[in-house]
Amino acid sequence: MLKWLFFALIVRPTILLIFGVHVRGREHLSHDKPCIIVANHNSHLDTLVLMSLFPLRKIHRIRPVAAADYFMKNRLIAWFSTQFIGIIPLSRKVERSHTHPLESVRQALEAGDSIILFPEGSRGEAEQMSKFKSGVAHLAKMAPHISVVPIYLGGAGKVLPKGEALLVPFIIDVHINEPMMIGEEDTQAFTERLEEVIKKAGERDV
Amino acid sequence: MIETITTLFSGKSGIVLLIILGILAFATLIVSVIFRAKTSQELKDRIYSWWIIIGAFILGAMLNTTVAMFFFALISYLALKEYFTLIPTRRTDRRIIFYAYLSIVFQYWFAGAQWYGMFIIWIPVYLFLLLPFRQVLIGETQGFLENTSRVQWGLMMFVFGLSHLAYMMTLPAVAGHDVGGKELVLYLVVLTELNDVLQYLWGKALGRHKIVPKVSPNKTVEGFVGAFVTLSALAVAFSFLTPFTTLQALAAGMLISGAGFVGDVVISMVKRDIGVKDSGHLLPGHGGILDRVDSLTYTAPLFFHFTYYLYY
Repeated sequence: MLKWLFFALIVRPTILLIFGVHVRGREHLSHDKPCIIVANHNSHLDTLVLMSLFPLRKIHRIRPVAAADYFMKNRLIAWFSTQFIGIIPLSRKVERSHTHPLESVRQALEAGDSIILFPEGSRGEAEQMSKFKSGVAHLAKMAPHISVVPIYLGGAGKVLPKGEALLVPFIIDVHINEPMMIGEEDTQAFTERLEEVIKKAGERDV
Repeated sequence: MIETITTLFSGKSGIVLLIILGILAFATLIVSVIFRAKTSQELKDRIYSWWIIIGAFILGAMLNTTVAMFFFALISYLALKEYFTLIPTRRTDRRIIFYAYLSIVFQYWFAGAQWYGMFIIWIPVYLFLLLPFRQVLIGETQGFLENTSRVQWGLMMFVFGLSHLAYMMTLPAVAGHDVGGKELVLYLVVLTELNDVLQYLWGKALGRHKIVPKVSPNKTVEGFVGAFVTLSALAVAFSFLTPFTTLQALAAGMLISGAGFVGDVVISMVKRDIGVKDSGHLLPGHGGILDRVDSLTYTAPLFFHFTYYLYY
């Protein structure tokens, strides 16, 4: 409920009216089937922009995967992250444990939720893409019937780059690409293919 | 409600609004009924967008002067945002870009309050001096001149230039005439947009010789001359919206046609420089909002000062 109100009253009006989003390839995004959304990452806004692509009644089914060391840092941030955004916390450190680190994400997918993942692992420098990590491919192997939707985001890094608190309006570009399935492909090749698709979508943009 | 509508469509400006809506309805009829199969999707999109533009203009600018201030400020904001999205920016420029957005509020406040002195110097003097100072405080020397100039240029075009529409709106009726700011704005906007359409139509019909081949290959000498002559005649025909004599209306028509053309190709120049065809995607068939207000960035300040010098 908090999440719904937050998106209905604050996030969507701000993103759509103050910044403006230009979406291409909306037909590639299914609202009914769960999917893994993968995008390049430059700004905290990225998650909010991606979540705003879905209708409000679906918003509780969209779960961004976020770094536990940052978004669960203290109780206040953790409360906000889980109640308002509905993140699935993921540890960026390698831990010895009995369960697979992506197990909670897989469970969410099984339950019919859609997942947002940023394979760069961090926001990095504004408007620059760093190398993708292979977590998405591993997740796709664990849930092979679920499609991966690669999305290129441009401009959000100008609106709110890492380390800045001042929002400055620019139009945000969202380029949704054709969904991909991993099938028999190995994780390394799939990761490279994914990175290539998103990079290409960004180049066509300029 | 009904009273508002009757007031809107009565009087001299009401007649013009009805004429415009009539022309548009006629164009829609031709395109979507009679030549349905032959019409391209782009032309349909274009006409559909014209309904939106004219509807927004009537509701935003013609109902009430206060609403009109907010409406024109919003147009400035959208145009400026589109421009800032297009141009290359450095991370440090975000600060002055933020100030540039903020300046819109003041510029339109001065317009609404009819504070002429501040209205006319706020951006060309105060912002012009303030932005470089803010850049000094940030201290990034690399690219200072290019980037500060780009931001200031955008402010001059899309805030200072377009805000003349808002100031004109507040002008009182001229002594001995029953027309004031609202009629002048309508006169200017209708003629400017008609000039664009006429250039396109004359160019389609007779266009042979490119007028500025490097900047805008679709513009022709025939299109320009045809629109120039037709618009001068229309300026006289619509002069009941103004206090002008026939000669003054003729001059206004020539001014709007010439300046409108220049504004159009100047924005084309920007798009060429950056390497895009359309400035944005807000209006299907038209491109972005910059593609629609391009001519107005030139005609609004020039026509304003023409009228202001003669009558105020």
